[in-house]
Amino acid sequence: MDFRLTEEQERFRKEVRDFLEGEMKQELWEPTIDGWIMAYDPEFTKRVAAKGWIGLTWPKEYGGQGRCFIDRLILTEEMLRYGAPASCHWFADRQIGGSILKYGTEEQKRELLPKIIRGEMYVGLGMSEPEAGCDLASLKTRAIKKDDHYVLDGQKTWTSGGKYMNYLYLLVRTDPDVAKHRGLSELIITKDLPGITTSPIIDITGNEAWNEVFFENVHVSKECLIGKENDGWRQVMEQLAYERSGMERLMANYPVFEGIIQFAKETKRGGKWLSQDPVIRRKLAQLKIEFEVGRLFMYRVALVMDEGRSPEWEAAMSKAYATAFEQRLASVALEILGLYGQLRPQSKWVKLNGMAYHSYLSSKGYSLQAGTSEVLKNILALRKLGLPTG
Amino acid sequence: MDLSFTEEQEILRKFAQDFLTSKFPKKLVKEIEESDVGYSPEIWKEMAELGWMGLPFPEKYGGTGMTFLDLAVLLEEMGKACMPGPYFSTVILGAFPILDVGTEGQKQEYLPKVTKGEAILTLALTEPSGSYDAASTEVKAVPSGDAWTITGTKLFVPDAHVADYVLCVTQTEEMAKPEEGLTIFIVEAKGPGMGHTALKTMADKLCEVVFDEVKVSKESILGELNQGWNEVKRVINRAEAAKCCQIAGMAQKVLDMTVEYAKERKQFDRPIGSFQAIQHYCADMLIDVEGMRLSTYQAAWKLSEGLPCAEEVAVAKAWAVQAGERVISLAHQVHSAIGVTMEHDLHYYTRRLKASELSFGDIDSYRELVAQGMGL
Ligand SMILES: Cc1cc2nc3c(=O)[nH]c(=O)nc-3n(C[C@H](O)[C@H](O)[C@H](O)COP(=O)(O)OP(=O)(O)OC[C@H]3O[C@@H](n4cnc5c(N)ncnc54)[C@H](O)[C@@H]3O)c2cc1C
Repeated sequence: MDFRLTEEQERFRKEVRDFLEGEMKQELWEPTIDGWIMAYDPEFTKRVAAKGWIGLTWPKEYGGQGRCFIDRLILTEEMLRYGAPASCHWFADRQIGGSILKYGTEEQKRELLPKIIRGEMYVGLGMSEPEAGCDLASLKTRAIKKDDHYVLDGQKTWTSGGKYMNYLYLLVRTDPDVAKHRGLSELIITKDLPGITTSPIIDITGNEAWNEVFFENVHVSKECLIGKENDGWRQVMEQLAYERSGMERLMANYPVFEGIIQFAKETKRGGKWLSQDPVIRRKLAQLKIEFEVGRLFMYRVALVMDEGRSPEWEAAMSKAYATAFEQRLASVALEILGLYGQLRPQSKWVKLNGMAYHSYLSSKGYSLQAGTSEVLKNILALRKLGLPTG
Repeated sequence: MDLSFTEEQEILRKFAQDFLTSKFPKKLVKEIEESDVGYSPEIWKEMAELGWMGLPFPEKYGGTGMTFLDLAVLLEEMGKACMPGPYFSTVILGAFPILDVGTEGQKQEYLPKVTKGEAILTLALTEPSGSYDAASTEVKAVPSGDAWTITGTKLFVPDAHVADYVLCVTQTEEMAKPEEGLTIFIVEAKGPGMGHTALKTMADKLCEVVFDEVKVSKESILGELNQGWNEVKRVINRAEAAKCCQIAGMAQKVLDMTVEYAKERKQFDRPIGSFQAIQHYCADMLIDVEGMRLSTYQAAWKLSEGLPCAEEVAVAKAWAVQAGERVISLAHQVHSAIGVTMEHDLHYYTRRLKASELSFGDIDSYRELVAQGMGL
């Protein structure tokens, strides 16, 4: 047992920090909440790519760095700490590359992985549909094989950042005549194919967070199939474990944490520093305790991945825990801000750049995306603890 | 980073688990709990022969020279088994301070007795104020020639009724900063002037210990005169981490028992574990227990490595206290009526978890420590 990072890892952390601080000094971007899912900046993504920090864990033969998941965790931890605008590459780097590596053909690996690594391929996640939320396997979007291609018809929804993406990962029904889990397949397509249209969905913070994506008679080459036809459900399960695994589940609104601590140190109420108020000290310390436990969960998930095991229950556990933490953090931050907590980011009097306001609202979605907390607890109960199904 | 135990540690765990489950069936735990002595001298001897009393102590004192992390494994298993007896008092509260700051003579005198299972030790720290701060120490030691005289009352002293030696924290000088006037003495527990009364408690064997002009030689001073508080802080820190290990073990066992019960107990013609409300309770318990183990291992590892760890210990104990309460409450909810009887085993854990949570500082003291670390 050893809870330390290696010296090389500590140096890497420093390198990432220096890079991000340099970027901020040049005012290339401002720290944001949800920078991994709501801040699309292709130029930033290309600069990160130039550092070799996309596809960090992928094999060198495809342009990756062959490094461990702990290293990637360090990288993402710092990105989140600084609120960097990393959304363009986040999904591809986190889960799509891994899927291609595991299930893709040699040609797909040679074509797609370097594109992701160069910061040119931004992949939206097309799983959910209006009638297929938690019961994802009931999805209806169909891809029917015809000659050398599939014909795609249907609709995806909640495609995060759909507007900014140039590729779509899709889970679709390729065999309508078998049990619902058995007839699904995975496709990766470019978003500009004829017959694809999108329309925005505005989220509770006022951002265009998602797109609905419609498919009408879209011709998709057979080469876009990832893995085996009709084996998509098994393949996607592992991808979902990766989707749930990362530091963004604990630190999506981390800048609020640092911001509110600073606010407490710099603000007087009733003639007293907020940071000296025992109630506020207790609230913030409690958050810190919960954060530290969450951080251990996250590192453990990365270690499981480094062992080459899919972190199914570990990631489910970490995400269920950590997103609840982030919601408490946002709520405590607003409590401490008091009346100021309700001011929108553009208000003259706003504190913390409105980050707490934003995070309070957007954190409501944290426990829904990538598996609701209920679904995650089902996984823990059924697969980890072996409790019987109903 | 590596969060796995070594093969040796896994072997120790397995061995301890087998030993403790076979030696401490709950029927025996109950008998021991109800007895006046509160431990089984025969099993105590066996544990000494296994090298458990001396596990973290150097070989020259009869120990096995293993690490605190190894000890953590053993403590976790002791927690799982609800092992009664003065192991914690002897090893963590008594022997470790002697190893930390004792003279070579003191180490030679006491540690081999501990490792052979021939002496039971404890620490008399808290007083009727019930708090763990230096300012609350009112028991006084007054010099008279070459000797010292100790007078006053210590309260909540674990296992004093069976102890051979008591480490007593006393005020030896009245200082503006109370922590600069405290001294630890090693006192014969059954010597003249010593009196103890067992307290009626939820789980642990705790005593009131009265020092009525107890005479001790200056050779009985452990560490330096007036410098005792530094060692007390170290002992408390270590004891908190050790308590976390036991709590994590207990909580793991409570989760296992609950899941097992949820699979077996049927209502409405189906196992109650197939009801999602019950499933999610169990999932919540799992998250809490895993958090305990990770944060506890982190603290124990740091102690083992001799790294500064006050904050990690505070995080672990704060989590253990809060999560322990949640885990036991959900366990009772799932077990329902049978769980609140003396027939079922759950009560051992409910009572001991709470007692462990209440020792060595309250949740707000941990939060305060963390707050200071945050620069608040
Ligand atoms: C911010 C955000 C970003 C997202 N990004 C994407 C994206 O990029 N791509 C994508 O495909 N999707 C995305 N989603 C969609 C997300 O995956 C779905 O919201 C999620 O799967 C839940 O589906 P639903 O919202 O339809 O809820 P429903 O499935 O209708 O569930 C409603 C409620 O019922 C509960 N429930 C349902 N089934 C069970 C069960 N078996 N046991 C217990 N409780 C149950 C749920 O937990 C929830 O509380 C995103 C969602 C959010 C909020």
